[in-house]
Amino acid sequence: MSDTAERVKKIVVEHLGVEEDKVTPDASFIDDLGADSLDIVELVMAFEEEFGVEIPDDAAEKIATVGDANRYIEEHKG
Amino acid sequence: MTGLMQGKRGLVMGLANEKSLAWGISRKLAEHGAEIAFSYHGDPLRKRVQPLAQQLGSDFLIECDASNMDSLDAAFDQLKARWDTIDFVVHAIGFSDKNELRGKFVDTSLENFLLTLNVSAYSLVAVTKRACAMMPDGGSVLTLSYYGAEKVIPHYNVMGVAKAALEASVKYLANDLGPENIRVNAISAGPIKTLAASGIGDFRYILKWNELNSPMRRNVSIDDVGGAGLYMLSDLASGVTGEIHHVDGGYNVVGMKQEDAPDIALA
Repeated sequence: MSDTAERVKKIVVEHLGVEEDKVTPDASFIDDLGADSLDIVELVMAFEEEFGVEIPDDAAEKIATVGDANRYIEEHKG
Repeated sequence: MTGLMQGKRGLVMGLANEKSLAWGISRKLAEHGAEIAFSYHGDPLRKRVQPLAQQLGSDFLIECDASNMDSLDAAFDQLKARWDTIDFVVHAIGFSDKNELRGKFVDTSLENFLLTLNVSAYSLVAVTKRACAMMPDGGSVLTLSYYGAEKVIPHYNVMGVAKAALEASVKYLANDLGPENIRVNAISAGPIKTLAASGIGDFRYILKWNELNSPMRRNVSIDDVGGAGLYMLSDLASGVTGEIHHVDGGYNVVGMKQEDAPDIALA
């Protein structure tokens, strides 16, 4: 697993309080990990802080799964 | 110095998470001995507020939609059922459709204008009316504003207009309630990345600009705001009312870009 994916997983586990093995690339934040809409905003803020990337609203709206987050961050981090 | 709020109790409205300005203020109040009740709006917020309240030794949570007068009445009934009187209220409430917190103010819809002014400005009047009935020996009410009330900040739009109404309301409320020794003030905080701020377009640019151009050459933290909140709500500020107190590293006194600030472009 890439360094980015590891760090994303850590943030998701801490924030949503879910089991580590549930945080797979295919896992949907809302459907599989029980996130609500405020969780999504908070996760996006946590990713921005951790990776120094900016995730604008239109991009954030397209991040539905853990894998989506990994890909966006990989492509945009400095 | 500790114990500035010893023997005082009050209500904090609008705490969302550990990045909230209301959290910076609540922490300082609790450190100084205040007993705090928290109001929240909806289950997603209850889930966040509960553990934070617990950290400060409070189990007093009240559901309240501050834009709904029946809900406000019910919330204050619940408060009264446990506490006869209160000493302070922190009003940290605002809302607007985030689609209108980008682009042009001229495009504001009537519906969102009324919603924003109701939740973000009128709610202070409605809350203060109910709170002052529980402050027979005086008290202190504090709300949160932003420089966008005074000057145009890109994307802040209708929220700037609502904050202007809020700041004017602070002054009128202060005048009405002064004879009863109830003080009403606002903190105009510099930009801080909170859940609420995440709705504002290009917020990162606003943060960077403030950091580079404020006299102190830094952004403020929720602890900076907390300290000022403690002052306003304690007897240290016993002679202060109707004040819009800037906690912004001095940004509001600056007239143009600092010479040492680089030109920054949108990322």
